[in-house]
Amino acid sequence: MPASVGVVTPKRLRFEAPLALTSGASIADYELVYETYGELNAARSNAVLVCHALNASHHVAGVTQDDPNDVGWWDNMVGPGKPLDTSRFFVVGVNNLGSCFGSTGPMSINRATGKPYGPDFPVVTVEDWVHAQARLADALGIERFAAVMGGSLGGMQALAWSMLYPARLSHCIAIATAPKLSAQNIAFNEVARRAIVTDPDFHEGRFYDHGTVPARGLQVARMIGHITYLSDDVMAEKFGRTLRRHAHDTALRSDYQFTFDVEFEIESYLRYQGEKFSKYFDANTYLLITRALDYFDPARDHGGNLAAAMAPAQCDFLLASFSTDWRFAPDRTREIVAALLANRLRVSYAEIDAPHGHDAFLLDDPRYHALLAAYFDRIAAGIGPKTLA
Amino acid sequence: MIGHTVSTLRPDLAEIASWIEPGARVLDLGCGDGSLIDFLQRAKGCSGYGVEIADERVIACARRGVDVIQRDIEAGLDMFAGSRFDVVVLSMAIQATQHTERVLREMSQIGAECIVSFPNFGHWTHTVALLRGRMPISQEMPYRWYNTPNLHLSTPADFEDLLATLGLLVTRRSFMAQGRAIHFMPGSRSTQAIYRFRSR
Repeated sequence: MPASVGVVTPKRLRFEAPLALTSGASIADYELVYETYGELNAARSNAVLVCHALNASHHVAGVTQDDPNDVGWWDNMVGPGKPLDTSRFFVVGVNNLGSCFGSTGPMSINRATGKPYGPDFPVVTVEDWVHAQARLADALGIERFAAVMGGSLGGMQALAWSMLYPARLSHCIAIATAPKLSAQNIAFNEVARRAIVTDPDFHEGRFYDHGTVPARGLQVARMIGHITYLSDDVMAEKFGRTLRRHAHDTALRSDYQFTFDVEFEIESYLRYQGEKFSKYFDANTYLLITRALDYFDPARDHGGNLAAAMAPAQCDFLLASFSTDWRFAPDRTREIVAALLANRLRVSYAEIDAPHGHDAFLLDDPRYHALLAAYFDRIAAGIGPKTLA
Repeated sequence: MIGHTVSTLRPDLAEIASWIEPGARVLDLGCGDGSLIDFLQRAKGCSGYGVEIADERVIACARRGVDVIQRDIEAGLDMFAGSRFDVVVLSMAIQATQHTERVLREMSQIGAECIVSFPNFGHWTHTVALLRGRMPISQEMPYRWYNTPNLHLSTPADFEDLLATLGLLVTRRSFMAQGRAIHFMPGSRSTQAIYRFRSR
């Protein structure tokens, strides 16, 4: 029976050497917050790095000390007896630079000024994150990961690992991801950013100084993001055109109110998600992370040729996409598969027929989890004592 | 995990495996549970991928350590367009393809050689069944007329005509029944035909 990794305590590591960034800027020194689950074996060969997507963090699995309801964002995937089984793998989750869950980011104090970075925090890229993660691996004594894994933006980091540090991972697992954003993807990000920066409470990113939070902008940003994570079908099934039932109603309402207040269930749901998000997520981080998504395009330096960009990769790959994911549709993953095949790399690819859209990568579809479990068995066989010649 | 030996492979797959050079890079279209690639990897040092549409078979491949690409081969082999394979295999599936000519043409474009096996519709028991006024049902074609997935059944002679039309050259052929080779009058005595061919 799969279990939880239990109560976990985040750790913090300070890096004194400056990190040069893709933009040409650099960060003088920074801290990364991370969690680990399972035991690193004597050969240091069973480590798996889990990279997070837009709004997640280092808290991948288990629960935090102070809040038993604060369950890790990929707890159904990571734990004892789960597909990424912490009884045989040492799992590392790290909060990326620029994020707002403890690693150095816009909310952190800039030691040069003694004030929060705010909008002065440098724009970071997927590749910058990977370089920072590699330094964390150095500090943890991990020369080579058994696997680097991620979904969505996390999948982009896993792909970047295979190109930037080909000798430092044996397997790359990239789920519901894309080799670059489409114009439509960037358009959604831009709408979200405009919602934030045009909020009067944003104050050019210096809202900490004003004691405000651009909550309305963040809410709209989250609402539009959320729409892109769900499929049309799953929204229709979950909400349809059902009208919002109010506290004083005894039966489901069937009549319109003829106002612009919340009328439909979907409106109520999106507003709730937006409000929840605006209470814990930093607006400057939202700008930074959506920009990192926009900029990811490893083929750009190779005339758009993804196969050429992926030529340095050496590891084995598992890719998976979901049939109803229209944010990063299966076609986008097929482009990656084609590039890997052209490089004669070992690659498996599953296209899972799930109704949940992009969100499916976080859910526990039995076929999806069976596939991941089987693939991790293969990875475990490769690091365990060799029984086959 | 116990690997497949020749004796546990389906007979037509064992025959196909015997035609493939050690170390070859192989693409197995409609690979099922991945047993052919698994065997070729273990016994002949080959590398390769299976292509399969069904979820449970994709998982079966992953469980035995065979790399599998989940894709409907009828949707086109675009993903493989930038790759070259020593051998592309399509075993006991050509009869269920809709765009049969396109599948054969695309196979010949990505594979230096192609191997195709299919049930022989010309087997004498089928002729007898038809003379009795019934659609043939056999071990290789165990379906009723109304639930068969088979769209494009053929005889070896028909198949060779199509290859010639497509400009493809037969380099080897073999005929089997009950898992054994058939040399005498294979057109009516074999239940399975296996062909290897390449572009001219």
